[in-house]
Amino acid sequence: METSLLQNLAMNDNGFIFDPISGYSYTSNETGLIILKLLASGLDKAEIRAQIMDEYEVSADNFDSDFEHYLLMLDALNLVEY
Amino acid sequence: MLSQNPDLSQLNATIAVTGLKTGDNPQPGVPVIRSIRAAGFMGKIIGLVYDSMESGIYLEDLVDQVYQMPYPSAGAEAFLSRIEYIVSKHKIDVIIPTLDAEVILYIRLGDELSKLGIHTYLPTEECFLLRDKTKLASYFPPKGIAVPETSLISEPSQVIASKDQFPLMIKGRYYEAYKANNVEEGLKYYYEIESRWGLPIILQKLIPGDEYNIVIVGDGEGGILGMVPQKKLVITDKGKGFGGVVVNNPDLFDFAHKVISLLKWRGPCELEVMRGFDGVYYLIEINPRFPAWVRLAEGSGQNQPAAVVLKALGEPLEPLPACKAGTLFIRHAEDIIADVSVMGQISAKSELIRR
Repeated sequence: METSLLQNLAMNDNGFIFDPISGYSYTSNETGLIILKLLASGLDKAEIRAQIMDEYEVSADNFDSDFEHYLLMLDALNLVEY
Repeated sequence: MLSQNPDLSQLNATIAVTGLKTGDNPQPGVPVIRSIRAAGFMGKIIGLVYDSMESGIYLEDLVDQVYQMPYPSAGAEAFLSRIEYIVSKHKIDVIIPTLDAEVILYIRLGDELSKLGIHTYLPTEECFLLRDKTKLASYFPPKGIAVPETSLISEPSQVIASKDQFPLMIKGRYYEAYKANNVEEGLKYYYEIESRWGLPIILQKLIPGDEYNIVIVGDGEGGILGMVPQKKLVITDKGKGFGGVVVNNPDLFDFAHKVISLLKWRGPCELEVMRGFDGVYYLIEINPRFPAWVRLAEGSGQNQPAAVVLKALGEPLEPLPACKAGTLFIRHAEDIIADVSVMGQISAKSELIRR
């Protein structure tokens, strides 16, 4: 998975995300933002899952399913290569 | 290398700027003046207008004097004669033209203006003509700059003959561009543009993708003194960008550098670029003047109009700072309240002396 493009994103704590290369902006909820920041910092799926399960009450299966969906969306937006 | 914006606070000069109309199809004069003032300029600013209803005339604090000019179509002689008259009333050190149709006159009158003590910072005529909409598609592609497939037409039957290629962009030589989805719309826009701007009319393949606009000051030797790219966020039904955000895109910078180095453009210009969904950057247009959104350059940290003033005067210019990506502009319309005598004065006397 290629996530280096995420390092260019400007993300604020309100969930507003700006891509300075394309000029596109996005909004995300709190969980999505945390995952985006973890992806941008270079963590892999297992490391992110561990951190999210530490913070939130979520099963591994639910996390995997939502994470997969999220990555597909980021891929469609050309923010990651999944 | 140290970079800084020009400080015009000590500059003893008079600057004339054209194009003071704002509104639904705004001209760049008002933001150019605002940026020059933002550089600390305390000297006189003269507005050169074509129409007594150009809204910037009515702003109390914008220009010190206003003079009405003959339209460029009246010819160089009338144009020069009017400038000679204005200079007899008040010296002008620098003129910054901001309208497409007048730039060529200021280029051709360069020597005469120089004798009057007036400086400009404009490209050569040869360079200016290379960016004509009718020339882009022949000049740039052999040099590695992609331009959408373009044809010049002068008969409505040529619109009909292109029926399998719609949607297409239909453009006037100087102004106006419409997306035509089919032959019927194509013919409608053909006649509208023909009646306003004459022939030829430009048919251009529509490139699906993201549009970027870049305001640039070229140094005339292939280099760039300043460059600020934006992505339009708000687009009016006339295709005008009423909101945008500065981007920082290395591929776009490289593309713009290549265009300017080929042209050796001197002075301000605006590149309109499409990044197609195929990932290719296409040159759509080169406008030979500052765009109406040029205040975004100053607002993002790079005062290009102030830089042009110094370059026109032959003054040294420090490298301009980089622009700040993420800086946003959004256009805001506001009513100006003035006494009708202001309109009376400019209409009757073709000039208005405020200070």
